[in-house]
Amino acid sequence: MKEFKGRVITPGEVTAEAVVTTEGFNTLASLQMALQFGDKEVKCGDQSNKQLYGKPLLGKALCLPQTIGSTTGGLVLYCACSMGKSPACLLFSNHIDSLAAAGAVLADVWVEGASMPVIDCLGDEFLDYVKDGMKITVKEDGTVVVE
Amino acid sequence: MKLTEQQQQILDGAQGETMAKVMKTMVMYGEAFEAETMVPVTSKHNHLVTSFGLKVMSPVYDLMQQLIDAGVESGQTFSVDPRPVDKNVPANFLQNLVFNKFMYTKQDFYEGQLNKLGLMDKNAFTCTCYMDEVGNKPQKGDILSWAESSAVVYANSVLGARCNRNSGIIDIMGSIVGYVPYFGLLTDEGRKATWIVEIKTTKKPEAQLLGSAIGMKVMEDVPFVKGLDKWLGTKLDDKACAYLKDFGAATASNGAVGLYHIENLTPEAVEQGESLIKEGAKVYVIDDAELERVKKEYPVIWKNPDAKPKLCFVGCPHLSLEQLKDWTVKIEEGLKQTGKKKVVINTVFTASPGVLEAFEKTEYAARLKATGVITSYICPLMYMNNPLCKKMPVITSSNKLRTYTSARYYTDAEILTTITGGKS
Repeated sequence: MKEFKGRVITPGEVTAEAVVTTEGFNTLASLQMALQFGDKEVKCGDQSNKQLYGKPLLGKALCLPQTIGSTTGGLVLYCACSMGKSPACLLFSNHIDSLAAAGAVLADVWVEGASMPVIDCLGDEFLDYVKDGMKITVKEDGTVVVE
Repeated sequence: MKLTEQQQQILDGAQGETMAKVMKTMVMYGEAFEAETMVPVTSKHNHLVTSFGLKVMSPVYDLMQQLIDAGVESGQTFSVDPRPVDKNVPANFLQNLVFNKFMYTKQDFYEGQLNKLGLMDKNAFTCTCYMDEVGNKPQKGDILSWAESSAVVYANSVLGARCNRNSGIIDIMGSIVGYVPYFGLLTDEGRKATWIVEIKTTKKPEAQLLGSAIGMKVMEDVPFVKGLDKWLGTKLDDKACAYLKDFGAATASNGAVGLYHIENLTPEAVEQGESLIKEGAKVYVIDDAELERVKKEYPVIWKNPDAKPKLCFVGCPHLSLEQLKDWTVKIEEGLKQTGKKKVVINTVFTASPGVLEAFEKTEYAARLKATGVITSYICPLMYMNNPLCKKMPVITSSNKLRTYTSARYYTDAEILTTITGGKS
C-alpha cells in the first residue's frame, strides 16, 4: 500500500479499481464510440493507446499523465459525466491539461449531483507504482491510497 | 484569482444565475492553472469546435439552451467546425439511415441554437476558419477564446495570436463573459519552447507525419523546430501556410501541441530567434529513419489488413484553395501515367464552403470533377464516427483522421499512387 498526495481540481471521495495509461489519454478517441453507441462498459476505443484499447473505463479510477487530442475533449468528459458514463475519478501524475480541466469544471458546475473527483500533480512515482486492477481510494483532501 | 469589480459582480449574480455560473466556470478553469487574472478577448470573431448535432451530445445542447433561455449574449460572432453530413459523399443505404435517423438527428436543432448564439453566417462551418475565403483570421497578438485543436495551434503559431487549447463549451463561455483566464499560451513565459526539434531528413518531410512524430514526443510542450526552413523557405506563402496547417493539426491530435515555433519562418521565431528556447530544453532529432519508425508503428485495425480501399479522404483539416489546385494537377498527371480516366477509388476532398465556392470559379474545378474526385464541406471524422465505417477500408493522408478513426494513413504520394491506379 502506498499513499500519494495531489492537488484537488474537483473534490470527492471514491473507491475504485485502477486502469492505467502512461501515454496521453485521447478523450475523444477513447470515449466517442462507446458513448455514441451505448457501450455499457464504456470500453476505450482509442486504437493508438495499446494500454487501454478495449478496456472498460466506466466506474474505474483512470490513472494517466494527461489528456491529449481534440478540443472536444472537455465536452466529451462533460457529456460522459452527465450521462453517468464516466470513470469514477481521474488521477493525473502531471499538472492537469486544459481540456481535462474544462471537462472537470463543466461537470462540477453544470451537472447536478455529479461526482467525479479529479486530482492532479500526483507525480511520476504514482504512475510507476499503480497498476491495472489495484484498489484506489481517493479522499476529499487529494490523498490517493493505492493498494 | 483577482477579479475586477465588474467580473466579481457577475460572479455574485448581478447579471443572473446563469451568467454567474458561466463566470464561475471560467474562474475555476483559470484557477486550475493558477491564473491570477482574466484578460479581455480581443479577436473580432470566435471559433467553436462543436458543429455536430449528435444525439449523444444532448447534455451540450441542454446547456446551450440554458444559455439561450437565460438571454445571455455572445459578445462575438463565431465560425464553427464543419458540418458532419453531405449527400454528395458516398454512403450506402445503411450508413444514410444511421447518419440521418440515429446519429445526427439534432443537427437542425443545434444549428438553430448556433444561429441564436451568434453564428457568423450559414457557410461558417469549417475547421480552417482562418482562410481568407472564410474571414475569421485573427491579428497577431489578439487574445482568443477559440477551440478546435488544429485552428488553435495555427492561430498561435502561424498568425501569432494568443489562445489556450480551450475545450468546446469553454470556447463560447469566453465570448459570453468577454474574458478568458490569463495562463499558459496567453503569457510570454508559456510561449517559450521546452523542446528543440532538429530536422535532419534528406527530403522535405511529410507534414502530417512530421507533426505526428513531434506531437507524440513533446505532448503539450512547445517545440522550436530547426532545419525545416531548409524545405519550406523563410516566407509564410500559401504553400508554407498549407504545410504548417497540416503539420500543426498532426502535432495537436497525435499529441497536445498548442504552439510551435519554426526557426526563420513563424512570426515569433523570426522576431525572437533562439531566445524563445528555455534553458535546459530537451532535444529531439528527426531523420528519415525516425519518420519511418513512427509510420510503421501506426496500428492497422482493419479486419483484413490487405483489403482494397473503398474510400479515400483528403482534407482533414480542410484543404486550401492552392492545395485543391495542386491536387488537381497531380491527379491528372497520375491518371495520364496509369492510362486511366478516373480515380479508381471513391475519393473525397474536403474544404470549407468558402474555399469550395472560390474553387468552383476556377478552371480547376471542372478538371478535378472530370477525374472523378468529389468535393465536400464535411468533417471526415464525423462521417467516420460510427461502427459501420469501422468495417470499411478507408485511406487518408490525414494523421488526425487516422488518430480518431479506423482510417489508415498514407503519405500524399502514396495516396496519389493508390487512387490513380498506380503500383505502390
